[in-house]
Amino acid sequence: MTPFATFCLRMGDNALILGQRTGEWCGHAPVLEEDIAFANMGLDLIGQTQQWFGMIAEELGQSPDKLAFFRGEREYLNTLLVEQPNTDFAHALMRQYLFDAWHLPMLEGLVTSSNQQIAELAAKAVKEVRYHIDRSRDLIIRLGDGSDESHRRMQDALDWLWPFTADLLARDDADAALVAEGVIPEGERIATRFAQETAETFAKATLTAPEGPRRTGGRTGNHSEHMGYLLAVMQSVPRAHPDARW
Amino acid sequence: MYAQMVESGQAGTTDQDRAFQDKIDRNVRIEPRDWMPEGYRKTLLRQIGQHAHSEIVGQLPEGNWITRAPSLQRKAILLAKVQDEAGHGLYLYCAAETLGKSRDEMTRELLAGKAKYSSIFNYPTLTWADIGMVGWLVDGAAIMNQVPLQRCSYGPYSRAMIRICKEESFHQRQGFDIVRTLMEGTEDQKKMAQDAFNRWWWPAIMMFGPPDGDSVHSEQSMKWGIKLNSNDELRQKFVDQTVPQAEWLGLNVPDADLKWNEERQSYDFGTPDWDEFFAVIKGNGICNRERLDARNKAWDDGAWFRDGLMAHAEKNTHKIAAE
Amino acid sequence: MSPTSKTEFPLWEVFIRGQHGLAHRHVGSLHAPDAELAMKNARDVYTRRNEGVSIWVVPSAAIAASDPSEAEQNFAPSESKIYRHPTFFDIPDDIGAM
Repeated sequence: MTPFATFCLRMGDNALILGQRTGEWCGHAPVLEEDIAFANMGLDLIGQTQQWFGMIAEELGQSPDKLAFFRGEREYLNTLLVEQPNTDFAHALMRQYLFDAWHLPMLEGLVTSSNQQIAELAAKAVKEVRYHIDRSRDLIIRLGDGSDESHRRMQDALDWLWPFTADLLARDDADAALVAEGVIPEGERIATRFAQETAETFAKATLTAPEGPRRTGGRTGNHSEHMGYLLAVMQSVPRAHPDARW
Repeated sequence: MYAQMVESGQAGTTDQDRAFQDKIDRNVRIEPRDWMPEGYRKTLLRQIGQHAHSEIVGQLPEGNWITRAPSLQRKAILLAKVQDEAGHGLYLYCAAETLGKSRDEMTRELLAGKAKYSSIFNYPTLTWADIGMVGWLVDGAAIMNQVPLQRCSYGPYSRAMIRICKEESFHQRQGFDIVRTLMEGTEDQKKMAQDAFNRWWWPAIMMFGPPDGDSVHSEQSMKWGIKLNSNDELRQKFVDQTVPQAEWLGLNVPDADLKWNEERQSYDFGTPDWDEFFAVIKGNGICNRERLDARNKAWDDGAWFRDGLMAHAEKNTHKIAAE
Repeated sequence: MSPTSKTEFPLWEVFIRGQHGLAHRHVGSLHAPDAELAMKNARDVYTRRNEGVSIWVVPSAAIAASDPSEAEQNFAPSESKIYRHPTFFDIPDDIGAM
């Protein structure tokens, strides 16, 4: 696979798997207003997935749906963070925020990509993601600095999810090749923005990011055990009827 | 369907009551701060509450398939659709709140099993074809019920219905489109569609409530302009509209008594299993317990979130006050 | 059923400007702990179909409303002043725009 296809797949997979997790909340969120807001984010993410997959459909000889529903977990290149389960709403919010804190600088960098198609996609997606982080950051601060219980839950979620952010920020040869061609922003720049964003927010939220081991692997297809179940559910219908159109 | 099983309150006989009725007869909308008979207020609260609860519980059978929708496009459409149901619940709760009962209060009644919701949502969605049927048949029946309610006498309810009907029109179409794609697909897909149709046809027919003869007293609701058509009237309209669509799709309607009546220019059709209907209402449907459990769990699990946000907002108010 | 929230989020009224140049119009209500979140919720709840370019939120409790029992004294007196409307006057067709 070319570095370009690898990158687009990673972006699309991140959006799809997070969108899938977000969709699980529909009908089960803590208040109606939040239910609706979460679904809006899910819709943006699924839309972005279709665009990322659409961009490489020709090169890979597979339609976006084929890419979504007929790849196994070792072929999925999303980060470990987005596949983490909906343990509680705190985990869901923290997962969203950490992803947004990486996603926004990434997309802002992609707006000036040397690849026209990517630049156009990013120009649209960046508007969506600016709203996502506005909302997720705000809730992290409110709930971190809210009641004793909300603080405890947000801190628990951060403790659990923080190690996976290493996977968001990881880089390899495919990235280096694209950076050299001006297709994607430098990893260093994104890592710095991510560090600033999260440090400021956690200070306001009275939360502390933990030290300790960091987890990587998702970007190269080495997932947590959650991933297999997620795909089993998501892909069950098309895989049971491989010749069908829906 | 949302209004069909609502017991109607009693009208009074004072001058105020007569002036009120006169206003309704003249088609003047009643607004929250206007005087209204206690029976009118209570009946409306029951009806709007029941309607709102139906939207909220109605998220569950379809939400069940968001994670399993078979294409990215279908996933997005279904998520948008179920999200709309949450929105509709929200509009309706707000309309009910203008009558002096808070959303939390209504929610507690639902969670405690004291408030009703449309019993159609106590049926399970077993295959992807069920999602087509829910959109096409269940939303189809709902729209039939909701369109006239846009003209109902209570302003906030009528305005909520106008907004809902505008948004709802895509729901039935997306359901029909799912079924149509299945019927144009593989043999397995056609079978899946017919099987789902067989399971949803009668429950959809029963959504309009028991036959007019056995219906709970609703004359007063009609007079008050909060119920605009009888159950049988709407049911007939639904059958007449839906049977030709089923034929177009190539589905067999599971009713041996179904026959076009040239004289009435309408379909004659069989009698649904009303014993089943009342059994489901009484809590013996396949999913009654699951639905209420799911709503209770969402509410209980979300308590810390709501309290946390309130705690933060209060802290902030104090901070601002201290500055 | 178990622990219910101690306090319910207050109610807010939502006003949306549908297009540039139009006035904000009341579209409905929602619950939120404060104005900032009410604004975000309004965006998510009431502009899902591209309905707006600007949002106002107002605490429902802050709205003062006219008393319906005073509707006659408030609004009937202006009914008879039909000369305030341009259609009251008969203007000859051939005098041009006016």
